[in-house]
Amino acid sequence: MEEKLFVSPSPHLRGSDTTQKIMLDVIIALCPAAAASVVLFGWRALLLEVICIAGCVLAEFICRKVMKRSNTIGDLSAVVTGLLLAFNLPVTINPAIALIGCVVAIVVVKQMFGGIGQNFVNPALTARIVLMVSFPAAMTHWVMPFYYRTGSLSDALTTATPLALTAAGSTEDLPTVVQLFFGAYGGCVGETCSLALLIGFVYLLIRRVITPVIPLCYIGVVALFTWILGGDPLTAVLSGGLLLGAIFMATDYTTSPVTAWGKVVFGIGCGLLTVLIRRFGSLPEGVSFSILLMNILVPHIERLTRPRAFGSVRVRRKKAGAEK
Amino acid sequence: MAKQKKSGVSLWQEFSKGIVKQNPVLRLVLGTCPTLAITTAASNAIGMGLAATLVLVCSNAAISALRNVIPNKVRIPAYITVIAGFVSVVQMLVKAFAPDLDTSLGIYLPLIVVNCIILGRAEMFASKNRVLPSVLDGLGMGIGFTAALLLMGSIRELLGSGTWFGMTVTASLFDPMLIFILPPGGFFVFGLLVALANKLSDTDGTKQVAGCAGCPMSATCSKAEKSSGCAAETAVSTEAKEGDKS
Repeated sequence: MEEKLFVSPSPHLRGSDTTQKIMLDVIIALCPAAAASVVLFGWRALLLEVICIAGCVLAEFICRKVMKRSNTIGDLSAVVTGLLLAFNLPVTINPAIALIGCVVAIVVVKQMFGGIGQNFVNPALTARIVLMVSFPAAMTHWVMPFYYRTGSLSDALTTATPLALTAAGSTEDLPTVVQLFFGAYGGCVGETCSLALLIGFVYLLIRRVITPVIPLCYIGVVALFTWILGGDPLTAVLSGGLLLGAIFMATDYTTSPVTAWGKVVFGIGCGLLTVLIRRFGSLPEGVSFSILLMNILVPHIERLTRPRAFGSVRVRRKKAGAEK
Repeated sequence: MAKQKKSGVSLWQEFSKGIVKQNPVLRLVLGTCPTLAITTAASNAIGMGLAATLVLVCSNAAISALRNVIPNKVRIPAYITVIAGFVSVVQMLVKAFAPDLDTSLGIYLPLIVVNCIILGRAEMFASKNRVLPSVLDGLGMGIGFTAALLLMGSIRELLGSGTWFGMTVTASLFDPMLIFILPPGGFFVFGLLVALANKLSDTDGTKQVAGCAGCPMSATCSKAEKSSGCAAETAVSTEAKEGDKS
């Protein structure tokens, strides 16, 4: 009889969501983009994805073992990180460089700060930036999609990304909007096919894994700001890593605000920074840096947008009155 | 008399503490500005370390000798003046005999004046101790500083440009990671080294008590001493998991 009466602190009702389920949903949402990457960039894209996933899971496993912590590879978060990292690399990348990225993402960014839920910036994005700064030539060696139909990778036609073309001012070589939508242009493995990324977005929304606030604010502000500055908003949204970043990276639970208005501020901040970097920075693409910068600001955004408890009175006004 | 006896016993300790236990860079986290700025190559690190050591030893000796003369209220300006004098000497020496080093260290050579290690040792040690311990303290701290700079410089040069003291080591084998000779790489290496130094010196000084006895919640925790599973730890971990889900 005694055993049936539990006295326990809240929460008393628990949802059935687990980290594993959510991560599995994210992986499913990334699958269309993965399939598109294989169609566009051949088996090498698949190889890169497998290498990155294996590298991240292995790095997490070894790191947890060395740090004598419980094993967390079962929550699939390392798989998501690996897949996202692969999506952020050009298909021509040396697999060894990709593995360095895995180690940076998992060991330095995630486990050094305490593992899942403790990292203050997005692991995959930080790894991409570290690689970008370390190996600038290898990280910007783009080839045309469907190169594998005509020959091997070594004699594939190199190309520039649409954003690099825009930055260089050669607008006549730009791919058409249809090409941008289906991903038939040079870029990172997983960022080019907008259609596949949008399918993933819809899936995540239906499964209620993410709220649409951050991606919509982010993409909306980029479109608006680009239009104000005299660019083509549709091209700006569809090219580069904007959709991938806005849908899958900026919505990372750990590194985005939990408050509703915080999400709005976060999305708008990412959008403004992205356009500013694209337009005025020395790099053609600014999605990674803008999300990273806003990640760092998240604690401050959350503090400033903390919702007022229902029925509570603002203390400050009362105090000012009392002083008078 | 007790003071004299103490200093007599611990002269070796005064010297050796700066090398590992109280390494100025990795344990006291002083002088990070030159550490991060000039450790892009191992040769810079040696030059900077030796210059700072020389200033540190001389200024510690001078300040220790003058410690009863300097009025307490103006001690910081007085220290800075003494340090600046020695820095000028070192700077002229470097300019005359090692002009290459002077160009590669640039502004960071005169900036030794405001190096926290030197001012810190003057304030914390030299102003309270006799000349000989102060000199040994300065020497130990200087060697510790040089060693830390050399370690960081070697790591950053090896990984960032594939060379060591200008000799090609790994640059021909694989592409060096440029980030290590850029500021962010400096912060990465610095953070990891500080973490490593903390880990290695965890065993002495502040010894942590393992298990329930060392837990801050042991007084209120119902599970304390009863079972091996610590309530506080499990509570924290479940909380963290809840946080991930939401």
